[in-house]
Amino acid sequence: MVLAGNPNTGKSVFFNALTGMYVDVSNYPGTTVDVATGRFGDYAVVDTPGVYGVSSFNDEERVARDVILQAGLAVNVVDATHLDRDLFLTLQLIDLGKRVIVALNMTDEAERLGERIDHRKLSELLGVPVIPTVAVTGKGLDELKESLEQARPGRADPDLERELSPLIDRGIPRSEALLVLEDDPVISARHGLAPQGLRDGLYRRRRERVTELVGQVRSEVSARSSLAALLARLTVRPLIGLPILGLVLGALYYLIGVLTAQVVVNFTEKTVMRGYYEPFVRRLVGAVVPAASPLATILTGEFGVLTMTVTYLVGLLLPLVAAFYLAMSVMEDTGYLPRVATLADRVLVRLGLNGRAVIPLILGFGCVTMATITTRLLGSARERTIAVALLGLAIPCSAQIGVIAGLLAGTGLAIFILYAVIMFIVFGIVGAVLDRLLPGRSTDLLIDLPPLRLPRLDNVLAKTWGKSLMFIQEAGPLFFYGALFIGLLQVTNALPRIEAFFAPLTVGWLHLPKQAADAFIMGIIRRDFGAAGLYGLSLAPVQKVVAAVTITLFVPCIASVTVIYKERGAREASVLWFASWALAFGLGGLVSMALRLAGLGV
Amino acid sequence: MTLDQVPKGQWAAIRELPDGDVRAQIIRFGLGEGEAVQCAEVLPGGPVVVRKGTFHLAVGRRLARRITVQPLEGAPGGTGR
Repeated sequence: MVLAGNPNTGKSVFFNALTGMYVDVSNYPGTTVDVATGRFGDYAVVDTPGVYGVSSFNDEERVARDVILQAGLAVNVVDATHLDRDLFLTLQLIDLGKRVIVALNMTDEAERLGERIDHRKLSELLGVPVIPTVAVTGKGLDELKESLEQARPGRADPDLERELSPLIDRGIPRSEALLVLEDDPVISARHGLAPQGLRDGLYRRRRERVTELVGQVRSEVSARSSLAALLARLTVRPLIGLPILGLVLGALYYLIGVLTAQVVVNFTEKTVMRGYYEPFVRRLVGAVVPAASPLATILTGEFGVLTMTVTYLVGLLLPLVAAFYLAMSVMEDTGYLPRVATLADRVLVRLGLNGRAVIPLILGFGCVTMATITTRLLGSARERTIAVALLGLAIPCSAQIGVIAGLLAGTGLAIFILYAVIMFIVFGIVGAVLDRLLPGRSTDLLIDLPPLRLPRLDNVLAKTWGKSLMFIQEAGPLFFYGALFIGLLQVTNALPRIEAFFAPLTVGWLHLPKQAADAFIMGIIRRDFGAAGLYGLSLAPVQKVVAAVTITLFVPCIASVTVIYKERGAREASVLWFASWALAFGLGGLVSMALRLAGLGV
Repeated sequence: MTLDQVPKGQWAAIRELPDGDVRAQIIRFGLGEGEAVQCAEVLPGGPVVVRKGTFHLAVGRRLARRITVQPLEGAPGGTGR
């Protein structure tokens, strides 16, 4: 059994209601799209990414397509307020020949908007059961469960049979035959057939059927204008939408940069980890291993794998990352992100992207690695290259921002603004230059603006928990190996030699202490790790700006590089990696020089 | 005229869409040739937001320039609220 529906129709609530707690969320093979599976009675239930139709326009659609093709029964969640949009998928599921049952969701909201939908008529016209529901309050869920067995193949396009029969005669299953007719490149190739260009005609015919259906089942009653609808309109009106965006970003900064980075981290890092955890571990290890031995240095020394690694990971990074994902989940569930994409489109077009890229770019402030993966939702290879370059070069991740905020704290607002302005300029120049250099053209913005809704707390918390856990699983081992590597350099006395080797660069060019080399070595493993290393040095304000600029532009962390390598290939990944070195040290030195010439010298 | 020239609040019927995948995507969203939409918002230099019933779609400026429309007098029967 598959759950299928457009984005933002409340599919996940149905999924949870059907499968209860025993849910397994996993990556779909070969992609990074998450697919949740669970059980309901004798059925294996598979959730799919929200899609507008069964086709192959992007990764999520390809996953949904494969899951739907394999399923025997489809529970189609339809947003009653967006009948025009959603019934296209419904009719396509019916045309595929699947057993279908429709959950007509958000019927309460439709009535508030002044629409009444005759679900009996709809059921009669579609030829499948239609159950009115309000998922958030649980209305209609029991009825849906009881009616699942009545799911049946509906009334498909009558002209379709004639067009499908030659393909079915060749032994192609009906559902795949339809996708072949609709020019699906993957399914056509699977059967050794070339697309025939019939998609437009079929889509148009289906669209006409939708319009006719909607005309017959929907009647309008008096509409009450709602506050949410008003707010939804205002968020994309520039004069009001931009100040609202400013407020939202300000709230984000307050939550992550002030509340979490200062208040929470102060408690978790200083009080809990450094105050209780580290002394405890040192005593424990000290009881077995002599304090001055190399092993003790590696385990509990300056870069100890049991002390520093755990403190940074749990005390510093975890609170920051959790706060970030909490904020992102709220933004996602309210339907606000597509509005940000609309507002940002004009600026991003100049960088060779479109508004949609705002989603990976914002995500990059959380974790560049995960953001790199989401660049797949961009429409063309050229956009993905630009977005990945921007993420890899100029966007500091939340962990790094936290440490940089700590590094720059106490130097005054002017210093912080200087840092932000430098990063912003780099960001703009990198994007604009790549847009000029790369051949081809980028795709245009085409994004559905869902209504604004209050998010459900349990959904938001579940997402935050899942993503934070993924972060720890991904970052933990790397941190451990990084600390181990540095610890080994330390006990073998290699560190002073490396420091001396890089002294012309660190001391001569950047005017930083020679120990900065340690931080950059750590930065190769993780940039926030590197920033944390710089945090430990005592620096003058000007040195702090130079250090912050250099470490921000420095190479992406190992995890990101791995993902960039997988996503964009060896050539692009290595160009980006070496470009980061040149850009980071080049610009860092120039900033240092400029500041000293301006009389702000060390 | 093209979609980017439709003033805010004005209704227009879609005349011609550009070719390719974007065409199929627009048809799927319910904005195929012949459909009437209202311009809900124009962001200066940025996207155009069109509305059909409660469905809102943001269309990038460059794409809007490639969509030919026919301006309509007032709202078409029943769909304008």
